[in-house]
Order: sequence, then C-alpha cells, then structure tokens
Amino acid sequence: MELTVLGQSQTTAPDAGGCASSGCGSNDDQLNHLPEHIRAKVHNHPCYSEEAHHHYARMHVAVAPACNIQCHYCNRKYDCSNESRPGVVSELLTPDQAVKKVMTVAANIPQMTVLGIAGPGDPLANPERTFDTFRQLTEKAPDIKLCVSTNGLALPELVDELCKHNIDHVTMTINCVDPDIGAQIYPWIFWKNRRVYGRKGAEILIKQQQKGLQMLVDRGILVKVNSVMIPGVNDKHLEEVSKAVKAKGAFLHNVMPLIAEAEHGTFYGVMGQRGPTHDELQELQDACSGDMNMMRHCRQCRADAVGMLGEDRGDEFTLDKIEAVDVDYAAAMVKRAEVHAAIEATLAAKQQKKNETFISLSSLSIPKKESRPVLMAIATSGGGIINQHFGHAREFLIYEANAHDVRFISHRKTDLYCSGDDTCGDGESVLQKTINALKGCEVVLCSKIGYEPWGMLEEAGIIPNGEHALEAIEDAVAAVYKEMGEKGLLDKKPETQQRATA
Amino acid sequence: MALQIVDGCVNCWACEPLCPSKAIYAALPHFLIDAKKCTECDGDYADKQCASICPVEQVIVDSQGAALNPPGSLTGIPPERWERVRAEIQAR
Ligand code: SF4
Ligand code: SF4
Ligand code: SF4
Repeated sequence: MELTVLGQSQTTAPDAGGCASSGCGSNDDQLNHLPEHIRAKVHNHPCYSEEAHHHYARMHVAVAPACNIQCHYCNRKYDCSNESRPGVVSELLTPDQAVKKVMTVAANIPQMTVLGIAGPGDPLANPERTFDTFRQLTEKAPDIKLCVSTNGLALPELVDELCKHNIDHVTMTINCVDPDIGAQIYPWIFWKNRRVYGRKGAEILIKQQQKGLQMLVDRGILVKVNSVMIPGVNDKHLEEVSKAVKAKGAFLHNVMPLIAEAEHGTFYGVMGQRGPTHDELQELQDACSGDMNMMRHCRQCRADAVGMLGEDRGDEFTLDKIEAVDVDYAAAMVKRAEVHAAIEATLAAKQQKKNETFISLSSLSIPKKESRPVLMAIATSGGGIINQHFGHAREFLIYEANAHDVRFISHRKTDLYCSGDDTCGDGESVLQKTINALKGCEVVLCSKIGYEPWGMLEEAGIIPNGEHALEAIEDAVAAVYKEMGEKGLLDKKPETQQRATA
Repeated sequence: MALQIVDGCVNCWACEPLCPSKAIYAALPHFLIDAKKCTECDGDYADKQCASICPVEQVIVDSQGAALNPPGSLTGIPPERWERVRAEIQAR
C-alpha cells in the first residue's frame, strides 16, 4: 500500500506531476481532463493550487465598491463579508493608485503572482474602474496574472471585454440554482435600470450566472465557483449546485462557511442566522467533491489582502508609503523571474523526495479494517512545513490521515468560528477559543508549545506534538498516524474526544 | 424637484455612475445630490436611478423628506414582522 497525499478522491496517483500531490485543491489526477495549457495556468496560482499557496502570494486591490445586487450576508458599510473578505477595506483606491500599488508590491514581494479584484462590491458592477486597472496592468506588468470575482449578474455582457486582459481565472459566487432558495438569500437585484425583488430577481441572477459560466468555459477561462453555505437555506441544495456547475465545466468548487455575527451588521448577522459548524462544512465539502475539485484552503481573504494566503502584509503598502516609491519594473521582472524559477526548482525537488517517501512509507502495516481516520491540526506559516509556535497560530491547517492517504481538509481560523455552544461566551479566553476551533482534531502539530496550552489540549483530548518541527507536513502527519497505530490508538475513538455534532 | 442624500449613506459609489443628470458627487461625510441638476430622472428612466440601486434604507429622500426606500423595503421584511422573522431564522 502506498501512502499518497490526495485532494479528496480515493484513487491513488503516486506519479502525480504538475502541482504535485500535496493535498492540492487541484489534484493532478483531476486535472488530467484539462489541456496542458490550462494546467499551466493553475500551478502557480495560490488560490487554485493548494500546493502553490504555500509558495506563491497574491494581492487584492479595492477599486470596486459598488454592487448591483444585495446579499443577506453583506453589509456595504463593512463591505462584502463573505464573497471576498471578512473585515473592512482600509482604503479604496482609484485605478491609478491600484496600479502603482500592485507594481510596488510585485517588486517587493516577488512571490506575488496574482492580482485579484474582488470588491468590496462587484468588480463587474464597476466596469470602468475594474477594466482601467486591468488595462494598465496588462500593459505595464505582463508577468502578473489577473483575477476577478463576481456575482455574475453583469458577466454575460462584459465577458468579451474581460477576456481581452491577462485573465486566466474568474471566480463566481453561486449560492443556488433554484430561485425559491435564491429569494431567501438575495432580497433584490438591480437590473435594466430597475430594482427587481425576491424570486423574480433571483431568477434573473441565476440565469445570468449560468449563462456567464457557460460563456467563460467556452472561452477557455477557468472558473472557480464559490458558494456560501447557509444552514437551513442552501445547505441541502449546494450538492445540486455543485453538480450543475460541474456539468457546465466549472473548474473548482469552493464551499465557504457563512460568517454572520451581529456586529457585522449584515441582515443574517442581525437576524441571528448561524453559520455552519466545522463538521457540517466538512461533510458538505465531502459530499460535493465527487470528481470535481473542491477547494479547501480558501482563507476568505480581505478585498485588500496582500501576501501569502493566511498572512496580510497590507500595512507595508499603504498609499502614503507607496507614493514615495519609484518602481523600476523592468528590473523587478528579472528578479521576479529568478524567484519563480527557484520556487519551481524547490517544488520539483520536493516532488522527487516525495516519490522516495512513497516507497519508505509503503511498508506501513496498519491493518486496514481496524484503523480509522484521524484529523490533525498543523500550525504553519507557510512553505508546507510545520514551523509555527502553537501560541502564535491564528489559523491551523487541518489534515486527515487514514490507512490510504493523507489529505488536506481545510483550514480553521481560531477567531472566526462560533461553535454555538455555551463555552463560547464572552469570558472565553483566546486559548479556549483556539481549542474550540480544533474540535474534532486528535493531534496538534506545531514547532513549539507552552506548558499551559499543553495541559489544556490534553484535557480536551487533543495530543500536542512539537517533535516534528520543520518537517514537511504530510510526512509528519503520516509518521504520527503510524505511531498512533503502533500504540493501538487507532482501534477506537478516545472517549474524551468527540466530534462536534450540533 | 430634486432628491437628497442624507446621513446613513455608506459612500459605496453605486449611485454616482447611474445618474443621467450627473447630479451626484462624492463628498464627505457622504455623497451629495446637486439639487440644481437632479431631474428625478424624469424623461430618462421610469425609476429614480439612485434610489433604485442604493443599498441602504432611508438614505435617499424626496423634497418632502420622505424616504424612497422606507424601512423594510430593501430587506423585504415589514418592520412589524421583524420579530417573527428573526425567531424563524434563529431556529435554522
Ligand atoms: S455581491 Fe458581494 S458586495 Fe454585492 S451584496 Fe453580495 S456580498 Fe455584498
Ligand atoms: S433622481 Fe435621478 S437625476 Fe436625481 S440624483 Fe437620482 S439618479 Fe440623478
Ligand atoms: S448608493 Fe446610497 S449608500 Fe451608496 S453612495 Fe449612493 S447614496 Fe450613498
């Protein structure tokens, strides 16, 4: 038996090339149906390739504040709380300012490969601002890929203009294909100079989305579909959405949890609509995965995020700071190309090593029927290795190990989720919150961990482990799983550890 | 005849490009309508464009001070039903 690392399908593909077999959102096996030039579009995009997101960075610029629909999970005052970012945008940029910022960041963070416009608002409801930014960048910074997120309403009429730019991918938020469900998510849309309410509005939106999706696919653009999982509204329906968009040729489906806190001032937040639990989300992601790629490393970035996924270096590049900078982009492009080549070389070497690892791990002798899957949480600041102190981690990557493989499941932010139980009150400490966020995990792998959290984790039935610091995540997870097997820990569930059910 | 933008505007820019009379301009603390230019879209559109896209209730008012998007009109829930709907949603 070979221990491979897969996105989600159970088929083993030890010879996976391209984006490597690193629990990638775009597992190579599942890319096989795509032509080579499309696969090439994905491998260095942090949002499309789970492997790439350890090494390449992206940035968003907030140039598009207007929107042509209303979602119940959005409050424009705080901008778009699900589609692209939970939080606020600190500065709205003009296209010229945005171009300057992108070039400055690209020169300073050479790992930056992708520039996205994702609101706040809908980029295609702001076509002038969005296309002005794209036009300038296509010309001045041809080594940067452009990316756009949209609700799809205005997509069909703008698709050709969009395709003129350096665009490989488009993200569309599609929460439903049934207008009755849509009416519970979208109170109104703005269509042909009128506000259209309820089911009728949702019907138009859905039609435009499906039409736009088809048009993009026909033009060879990769489409990632984001769906916000809203318990009691579209949770049962999203499997159908997944099937529908897959049938149309969408490339990746990203099911994201609803974030609805009263203080966000959104309709759902104010009305007390809850978000899904980790388990509910994971279950739905598994159900939707089928043979299409599911994205599990999405960080629901802010609309002005800068840097690697899960980090934000926006503060280094505020308007006043970049104003003074003069960018020699020709020189920057040379440096960028060198850095990208070095990353590719590292990835290739890693791939080589992994293939060797397959052999050594194939001696793994856990009896199949007795071993059960185990979730482990990893503290990492990137690079695909375990390199973060437990106490510093604001998010954890969740991996599942079973007798067949190690796979990346999701990431969990320690401060984002409310599990809804009574441990979640005001007096809850940061540590307690973190431990709550790790519900369902049996092991935490980190570079170091303090005495107090060690004890609390053990009490919660989670084994802290700092022995694999600086090791590759998948190798460490596999090794720990093997150890657990040898200690007989895989025969039954520890009694203290319960999966969240509510 | 002119509409007015009052406190509560979130400066989202949605209305500005739609105005057929170029009456809307970005200002602080919030966007404003130039009363001399606003035609209430008469002759251009059946619906007043700014009020038809504005996402915030009660922010755009007519010369009488009446809100074009009164409370509940954009969420689809009449104010007196809020409590019932809230209970329904919380039960999900
Ligand atoms: S599409 Fe985005 S910006 Fe527009 S209302 Fe929905 S969440 Fe908000
Ligand atoms: S009512 Fe019409 S003309 Fe007047 S400000 Fe609004 S959009 Fe412009
Ligand atoms: S649409 Fe409404 S909230 Fe947005 S800028 Fe205009 S008046 Fe202000």
